[in-house]
Amino acid sequence: MSVLVYLIPAALLLGGASLAAFMWAMKSGQYEDLDGAGERILFDDAGPLAPKHGETAR
Amino acid sequence: MSCCAPGADINAASGAPSPDELLHAARSLGDGVAQIELSVPAIHCGACIQKLEQALSRLDGVISARVNLSTRRISIRFRQSAPPPIVETLTGLGYPPHLFDEAEGKDRTLAELLRSVAVSGFASGNIMLLSVSVWSGADGATRDLFHWISALIAFPTLLYAGRTFYRSAWQALRAGRMNMDVPIVIGVALAYAMSIYDTLHHGQHAYFDAGVTLLFFLLIGRTFDHLMRDRARSAVLGLARLAPRGAIVLAPDGSRDYRPVNEIETGDRLLIAAGERIPVDARVIGGASDLDCSLVSGESRPQPVGPASTVRAGTLNLTGPLTLEASARATDSFLAEMVRMMEAAEGGRTRYRRIADRVSAFYAPVVHLTALVAFIVWLVMGGDWHQALTIAIAVLIITCPCALGLAVPIVQVVAARRLIERGVMVRDGSAMERLTEIDAVAFDKTGTLTMGQPRLVNAPDIAPDMLLIAAALGGQSRHPLSQAIARHAAAGDAGSDAPPVSFDAVTEVPGFGIEGWRDGSLWRLGRPGWALGQETVDQETVGQATFGQATFGQATFDNDKDAAGAAWFASGSGAMLARDGRECARFAFEDTVRPGAAAAIQALQRTGKSVEILSGDTEAACRDIAGRLDVQQYAAGLLPSGKVARINAMTQAGRKMLMVGDGLNDAPALSAAYASMAPATAADVGRNIADLVFLRDSLEAVPFVIDVSEQAGKLIRQNIALALVYNIIAVPIAFLGLVTPLIAAVAMSGSSILVIANALRLLRSGERSPTAKPDRVPVVGHYPGRYSEGGAT
Repeated sequence: MSVLVYLIPAALLLGGASLAAFMWAMKSGQYEDLDGAGERILFDDAGPLAPKHGETAR
Repeated sequence: MSCCAPGADINAASGAPSPDELLHAARSLGDGVAQIELSVPAIHCGACIQKLEQALSRLDGVISARVNLSTRRISIRFRQSAPPPIVETLTGLGYPPHLFDEAEGKDRTLAELLRSVAVSGFASGNIMLLSVSVWSGADGATRDLFHWISALIAFPTLLYAGRTFYRSAWQALRAGRMNMDVPIVIGVALAYAMSIYDTLHHGQHAYFDAGVTLLFFLLIGRTFDHLMRDRARSAVLGLARLAPRGAIVLAPDGSRDYRPVNEIETGDRLLIAAGERIPVDARVIGGASDLDCSLVSGESRPQPVGPASTVRAGTLNLTGPLTLEASARATDSFLAEMVRMMEAAEGGRTRYRRIADRVSAFYAPVVHLTALVAFIVWLVMGGDWHQALTIAIAVLIITCPCALGLAVPIVQVVAARRLIERGVMVRDGSAMERLTEIDAVAFDKTGTLTMGQPRLVNAPDIAPDMLLIAAALGGQSRHPLSQAIARHAAAGDAGSDAPPVSFDAVTEVPGFGIEGWRDGSLWRLGRPGWALGQETVDQETVGQATFGQATFGQATFDNDKDAAGAAWFASGSGAMLARDGRECARFAFEDTVRPGAAAAIQALQRTGKSVEILSGDTEAACRDIAGRLDVQQYAAGLLPSGKVARINAMTQAGRKMLMVGDGLNDAPALSAAYASMAPATAADVGRNIADLVFLRDSLEAVPFVIDVSEQAGKLIRQNIALALVYNIIAVPIAFLGLVTPLIAAVAMSGSSILVIANALRLLRSGERSPTAKPDRVPVVGHYPGRYSEGGAT
């Protein structure tokens, strides 16, 4: 029983962290160009990251 | 070789936006900085990204440029004070840009739906974790604790992820209507309230997991549905853009004065330079030129005009300056009429009600009534309001249409994936439903049944060495006929080891041909008269030579970019290769039939669909192509309104028509037809209005799409049947009060998984027939930028 006291918060925290990570990724435009991201790792001079959310239309 | 060879797609330069248009379309970001989004279909690979971004950032005034490979778009920021030559740079690199035809901002609804899916997925996972513990025997204080934690997670989730449903239910109720979201909202809200009450009283059952999981499944269905939904798109804007903003008006006293198009009155004299569009319907009073009338007839072969010819608004003046007398105001002109026609057709299109909407309209009241009846029956029989309410909620929850909400969109998403693998882009999910009802198909001729590209036909009669010389010379010109010769030679002699033919001092003479020196002789490829030295390059001769009716076999080709070359083939005698004024070879051309056209038409006729050709071209050209493709019905010389009239007549006779067309003149017909398809090479306007766009050359896409749509239609009906069968089984169980949260959870997930598995069968049925290159393709949805795969390689 006492094990629940920290296991449940731990489960919720981990789940919440991954949710937050997904939200952040979406907000920072990482899903905007799925094909391009794969190609860009091959460039020597990495350009700036994708424009921030709200600043550019798709 | 890189796939990014510049100039690979010589036909793509049409419709490039002018600098004015560009500035107009750019959004100001403040501080004198503007941002423009351009669609660049020629972007293929990583090298394109690098090349374009580097080239653009080197321009003065450009602050940043970012290529999006998935959507094939570039987003450029620049200083408004010094607009950089963006279009010229991109076109020069072989990547002609287009402005978006749809004013489509970021898809906020989709982003919101995705976030809601993520949140409800997180919540349902965690609540389910706790619920499983409860089901497997946790009791007493532990069960209460788990219920309370579930309640804490569920509350914000229901508020956040449920927004879509509350909004839609509220809108429906306010409008006095009923939709599927009303029972969902009532069910979820009641379930939550009831579970809180039970938790307070240390009850055994709480429906927190059911409510949240329900939202999760429904949101998945809603997201798919949103991806497949028809965007509010309008081709009217694209068409309206063809209208010039104004023209130079010649006053009676000889002064010249630029006036906006709606201030031009009947009788005004207008000066139209080469390369400009005609602003209003008018009569030519001076000058001679060739007009690109593709807007009127779909034929991009230039038409010669001279004094007394009438010209229509929106046509493009190609070769020489014209003086016109306006014969109608802008609002009464041909182009305005086209726009009105499109608007009327687009308004009529919304009549189609999707299967999912029809089912839910019938389903929602049934759910409510069943729940209400359950409540009343149990209240009367048992007299316990708490038990009665619990059972009513169980009925609401269990009948809530998880499976139904997924049944249609999941099939459409899977079908869209199959189609995109074969190079067909679905722009509107409901088109697949409509396609299953099609019983007649109308094709445009030029550019749809044919490639709209000239092909050398008399190659066997030409000496091989002459062909090589002509090809080497022609390869340096961008004229369609020269290119056709070069293409032919390249295809025929891929393995030949003949030394490459080289020329000195190659010059292209606009309107006549191309010439070059080799071994001390002057070689000319072009108009026969000019090649033989009988005609000299003289502005007056250009006018006279081009005047007169052009009959050029069946050859028609896309030439509106190559304005200067128009006069050459308008003379109708093909091309000649001459050495020092002596004839060496003659070349004849015809338009190629699109690959798969005959097979496609046969397949359509076999399935009992009537096929006809609606063309703006001449009767003879249509008869020829109809004969070759074995089509009985054709109508030639149709204006855009004629095509629409024909489609409307068929519709009134109870036929459901699929229109396949590419030209500007097909746009109204495309929007009037029950369903529409366009090749990727189509004019922007047509591509935007069509329900489906096929990216590869072959016309076999048409029967394939109908086939997949019919399979999808079958699966949709099966899925709806499955969802209903599930309800027929589940509702009595819920009605009898036997449903626990565990049963509800199993039933809900089970039916959804069943429906998804059934939809995935569509993918398997595709494996039996060989699928061609399933390379990088978007999984689902609406990618307006992706249409170039068939065009440029």
